[in-house]
Amino acid sequence: MREIDVASVTKAVKDLSISTNIYLGDDVKNALREALEKEESPLGREILQVILENHEISEREKMPICQDTGVAIVFLEVGQEVHFTGGAIEDAINEGVRQGYAEGYLRKSIVADPVLKRKNTTDNTPAIIYTRIVPGDKVSIQFAPKGGGAENMSEVRMMTAAQGIEGVKDFVVDRVSRSGGNPCPPIVVGVGIGGSFERCAMLAKEALFRTIGEPNPDPEFNEVEKELLRRINNLGIGPQGLGGRTTALAVHIKTVPCHIASMPVAVNIQCHVSRHGETII
Amino acid sequence: MKTVELRTPLDDDQISNLESGDKVFLSGEIYTGRDAAHKRLVKLIEEGKELPFDLKGAVIYYVGPAPSRPGQIMNSAGPTTSYRMDSFTPLMLENGLKGTIGKGPRSIEVRESMVKNKGVYFAAVGGAAAGIAFSVKQASVIAYEDLGPEAIRRLIVERMPLFVVNDTKGNDLFEAGVAEYRREE
Repeated sequence: MREIDVASVTKAVKDLSISTNIYLGDDVKNALREALEKEESPLGREILQVILENHEISEREKMPICQDTGVAIVFLEVGQEVHFTGGAIEDAINEGVRQGYAEGYLRKSIVADPVLKRKNTTDNTPAIIYTRIVPGDKVSIQFAPKGGGAENMSEVRMMTAAQGIEGVKDFVVDRVSRSGGNPCPPIVVGVGIGGSFERCAMLAKEALFRTIGEPNPDPEFNEVEKELLRRINNLGIGPQGLGGRTTALAVHIKTVPCHIASMPVAVNIQCHVSRHGETII
Repeated sequence: MKTVELRTPLDDDQISNLESGDKVFLSGEIYTGRDAAHKRLVKLIEEGKELPFDLKGAVIYYVGPAPSRPGQIMNSAGPTTSYRMDSFTPLMLENGLKGTIGKGPRSIEVRESMVKNKGVYFAAVGGAAAGIAFSVKQASVIAYEDLGPEAIRRLIVERMPLFVVNDTKGNDLFEAGVAEYRREE
């Protein structure tokens, strides 16, 4: 058994809150640079240039890339040999968010009551925490600040086996088409297939964490991803939805087994500020 | 398509000159407002009460900025998605609002109201929020401080870079752009 003080989790979450909001992964930046080379629309190219320059400004000035510094999404993997000490793990994560969003001058975007009072919690807590128990004695913290604009364009649909892969493809393309310029394209499209109503939505979010350019481990789904990316970019939505050949930078699919009666499909849309980071303790 | 230097408050002549696709550098006083603030503003209009700022010729920027650091005028401040304000916008255009700044397309009702009331909708580049902050030269909260990032701020901007999406003739840059670059499968 390995003892881990939850204070180290607080520290990790705090640091991730700040770093993921200022520094974007090289995979996203490279994909945007490639898009700039290929983009046919002059306005689309201008927008992509503004987006790339903004990364330089945010890094230089230590300012968040986007003012929407998101809801804090935490995927926590805990080795079953680990024993947490010093307090409750979820409290420790929320404390990390609290400290990171305060010290990093990040926007606090969470309302306590989602419908009636909608009063801001003023410290960006609570985080959305998903915990898995895995073999080993390590703790992995994956952190993603998720903006509201792209999240609002996401959808779960309970499809049928009869609709098959063509039905899945049409749903994904239709979801992106209906989103238009709202989710801040160029986007990353996470697709979760299988599991249950809630599991496919989580899968779609997990799919967004894959490095852009890394192929799907399943060759058949890898081909589906390529086809979907082509079809989505042929929609003409373009950077910010103002027309162009770059609507999505990548489509990532994740699948798990499901019930014989079901084929749940979720599409989680991610804006071009595709932020995520990981710390292993 | 042309490049236009524009200064607020906006009048009908300035607005009528703008065409969908124009690039605009906007200077002068603008106000921030998003979902929660719009709800309160529209309630005030419906009750015939005075608003915290004069809507006549005004421009509203749909933004909830990140909090400023000590000594910093404005932290990252990019546009939020505009359709969430669509249900409030026609009434505000009828009461003198001339311009809105955001990202993403507007509803048919808002577009029709812009034609009728001579209003214009500008797009700023979503997610390019650190860069946009440097167009802001002054900022102060003038209403609804309790809303935090959603409070109404008065900003003085200098050459804020924007694109005209919807003009007073009913044109829409989203529709035109997508039609041009769409490829049938």
